[in-house]
Amino acid sequence: MSIKDEFTKGLWRTIPPFRLVLGLCPTLAVTTTGINGAGMGLATTFVLVCSNLFVSLLRKLIPTQVRIASFIVIIASFVVIVELVMKAYFYQLSQFLGIFIPLIVVNCIILGRAEAFASRNNPVMSLADGLGIGLGFTISLFVLGSIRELLGNGTLLYYDTSHPGFYVMWSSFEPFTFMLKPPGAFVALGILLGLMNLITQLQARKGG
Amino acid sequence: MGDFILLMISAILVNNILLIRFLGNCPFLGVSRSMDTATGMGVAVIFVLTLAGMITWLVHHFILVPLGLQYLRTIAFILVIATLVQFVEMVIQKTAPPLYEALGIYLPLITTNCAVLGVAIINIEEGYDLITSIFFSFASACGFALALVLMAGMRERFALVEIPKSFEGTAIGLITAGLIALAFSGFIGLV
Repeated sequence: MSIKDEFTKGLWRTIPPFRLVLGLCPTLAVTTTGINGAGMGLATTFVLVCSNLFVSLLRKLIPTQVRIASFIVIIASFVVIVELVMKAYFYQLSQFLGIFIPLIVVNCIILGRAEAFASRNNPVMSLADGLGIGLGFTISLFVLGSIRELLGNGTLLYYDTSHPGFYVMWSSFEPFTFMLKPPGAFVALGILLGLMNLITQLQARKGG
Repeated sequence: MGDFILLMISAILVNNILLIRFLGNCPFLGVSRSMDTATGMGVAVIFVLTLAGMITWLVHHFILVPLGLQYLRTIAFILVIATLVQFVEMVIQKTAPPLYEALGIYLPLITTNCAVLGVAIINIEEGYDLITSIFFSFASACGFALALVLMAGMRERFALVEIPKSFEGTAIGLITAGLIALAFSGFIGLV
């Protein structure tokens, strides 16, 4: 597979969290608005790209018996960097994401890519893989967040009270607050996943 | 004592760790396909989470705080949890082979269960003391087991009904989880 293939596979064919059903906790918890979802996605992408690069560079040095522990240490180091940077420059976002920033450590997508891809491929390929999967994750979170925000609040791109984004629904629109509550997260993700499967099936029928 | 009962109700029903706080959802959807695996995972999580809650609290207050290394919390906790899981696995294998057989593959999986690290961090951020931390960890794990077993009970029945093809598997699982979460949100205001 070429570098371009490794990059683009993360954007549709194996897009997390839909195709790779991993990393569900942040997906469900932080997607109350599109911006929050994208923030979480970008933080995860940074950790994923860096950990893929380092795991790949060190793959010949790490003994197989202790590889999982070594991967976790590499991942955790980058998570601490993200944690401190976000506290310093994006305080409000970091307050909102809260516990889910340190929990990037146990996001199965990252450990999964380290184990399944980066520990077997060269750094350039691993970088492309990390970037593709990371951006796919960011897009998924942004789309899911935007849908929940649109139905639950009537806005798009809401950040805080001084950056309220755009009110796009008609004026008599009653916000569907269920979408912003925890049960709404499960239902929205489930329906989105079902629709994605439907599109794939239709494509397969047309192609096959 | 009254406080502990309230904390227990709050952690199990009102702020259920799986359905309301969204911690530990990967195993929730992964192992809830049958009742046996769900019970195994539930018991393993209760055991490890209670131990991990206690040990991470001790590590934070007796190692990280005196040395001024709080910013290393994430790395320190994940290492403690990974080591603990490995250790528990070895001890159970030596002392209680039947239990080891029963918990089997679920023990190593717990390392990457974000509920364990999540509860450890909540214990520190909420400023709980040692006893409260242990109690909160135990109660959260019970909430996890309860939701997992409920979910498995419902998913076992999917075999008997017709589901639209594109919604089979995870998609319908997520929607079911949403309905269970909706039922649990009826407990809001209980505490």
